[in-house]
Amino acid sequence: MPADREGPGESARPQLGPAGTLIRLALVGLILAVVLGTYAFLGGWLTPGALTPARITDAFEHVAGVHPGFRRNHAKGVGVSGFFESNGAGARFSKAVVFRPGRVPVIGRFSLSGGRPDVADAPGEVRGLGLQFSLPDGEMWRTAMINLPVFPFRTPEAFYENLVASAPDPATGKPDPAGMKALLERHPETAQALAVIKGQPIASGFDNTTFHALNAFRFTSSAGVSVPVRWLLEPAQPFEAASAAPESRDRNYLFDALVARMQRQPLRWHLILTIGRPGDPTGDATVAWPPDRERVDVGTLTLDRVEAEETSRARDINFDPLVLPAGIAPSDDPLLSARSAVYSRSFTRREGESKQPSAITAADVRGGK
Amino acid sequence: MPTPTRQFPALSRLLHWAMAAMVLTMLGIGMAMVVSLGDYHALLSIHRPLGIAILLLVVIRFVNRRLNPPPPFPASISEAERRVATASELAMYGLMLVLPLVGWGMLSAARYPIVLYGSLHLPFILPHSATLYAVLRKAHTVLAYLFFLTFLAHFAAILFHTLVLRDGILKRMVPWRVR
Repeated sequence: MPADREGPGESARPQLGPAGTLIRLALVGLILAVVLGTYAFLGGWLTPGALTPARITDAFEHVAGVHPGFRRNHAKGVGVSGFFESNGAGARFSKAVVFRPGRVPVIGRFSLSGGRPDVADAPGEVRGLGLQFSLPDGEMWRTAMINLPVFPFRTPEAFYENLVASAPDPATGKPDPAGMKALLERHPETAQALAVIKGQPIASGFDNTTFHALNAFRFTSSAGVSVPVRWLLEPAQPFEAASAAPESRDRNYLFDALVARMQRQPLRWHLILTIGRPGDPTGDATVAWPPDRERVDVGTLTLDRVEAEETSRARDINFDPLVLPAGIAPSDDPLLSARSAVYSRSFTRREGESKQPSAITAADVRGGK
Repeated sequence: MPTPTRQFPALSRLLHWAMAAMVLTMLGIGMAMVVSLGDYHALLSIHRPLGIAILLLVVIRFVNRRLNPPPPFPASISEAERRVATASELAMYGLMLVLPLVGWGMLSAARYPIVLYGSLHLPFILPHSATLYAVLRKAHTVLAYLFFLTFLAHFAAILFHTLVLRDGILKRMVPWRVR
């Protein structure tokens, strides 16, 4: 070692013996192992049993099979577009540009829940509406809503348990009823939510369905005041209950009716904010807030164009509920971050796969405006 | 002529350690967020602005490296080692530049808004394309692991020189002034 190039401290150091060298080599190895171990821990390599976005996405694929190119949930759908006309009433609660008086373009997608892109339309299938509001300053607001008044599961873990329980038993081809029974015993909140859901009549079509955002969010006004808010879309089209015993129907009767209606006239929904009070639970989507909470109609959503997925931009949009403009923020609801993570994983998988035509084809929608 | 070990200029050392803290945090966030449900959103909210900060800092470091060149290697470093060290430094600079750009590009191709803070967001730099997104998303992961490996090699080399060879090479970069 050229001692003449080192400081005095360096040159004073005694030569290392073989044992000293070995100990120091071991120290190098130990430090590297600690660093590697830290990152292995962060990357989940040391906790293979943990629930991850990939595992939930795998469970969707296990229940419904892998349908390349399609969403892992809400696989069947059509694209729509139109605009949202804000009346300005929402600006009291949120500084988000979307609530100032005026109009912003909207792109969206009606869907049925589940991972089967060819599932037969039926009244009991959960209906979804994903929306993207494109704000003039380049911000975006996305929301993925369903027709249930409350969500049956409070946590991502309970949701995952349900997915596992709803996987068909290879012997019978149907889910094991014991699995669902055990789930309801472990999660009384799920049983309560399902009772609320059962009590709500189902609308005859997509057009007269109320869609709920379910999770609570925090709205912040330009004065800096923050309130918990839930929102829903109330149809301008009159409610009509789905017939209890559906006669033999076409597999796509719900979507066909939606397409036919939208080709006749635009469809409208009122965007209703429900303003929570301090103490209202924001972290539990299985429970509705008390009915006397202030409800504010903040504007009208008009959907005037319907397209098959193959031509709609909505196909390649991830309706991630945490794509939010400034003025809307997530609440402490544990489902929100988990939804964002799982939607993102599903999106990454399907965008890397070749695209197949949807059940509702461009030919089905032909003649649309 | 023998010369004492020379340190990097003070600004270079400051930039190096700021970058080290940022990329090590970033690697941890990146690895954690892909397996996280509850913390996914919070981690992502840091990941995007931190990535853009790294992109800016790597440009600043590159300019600084031109203005304030590194001191010569000490004589204890062989010619072959010098070439490997320089190549790995270049690889790290390249990856620190490319990784944020790939991230920005993949979010653009997916039409995810690239929110930095509040309503502050970046424009899209690529067209809306499923294929572009899929390719860039994969590349982001592969390049990030490549960067992690390059960092490990860099770190292992410094540890070996400092603890085993004891040639004082770390003094070139320690934040404080040596002699």
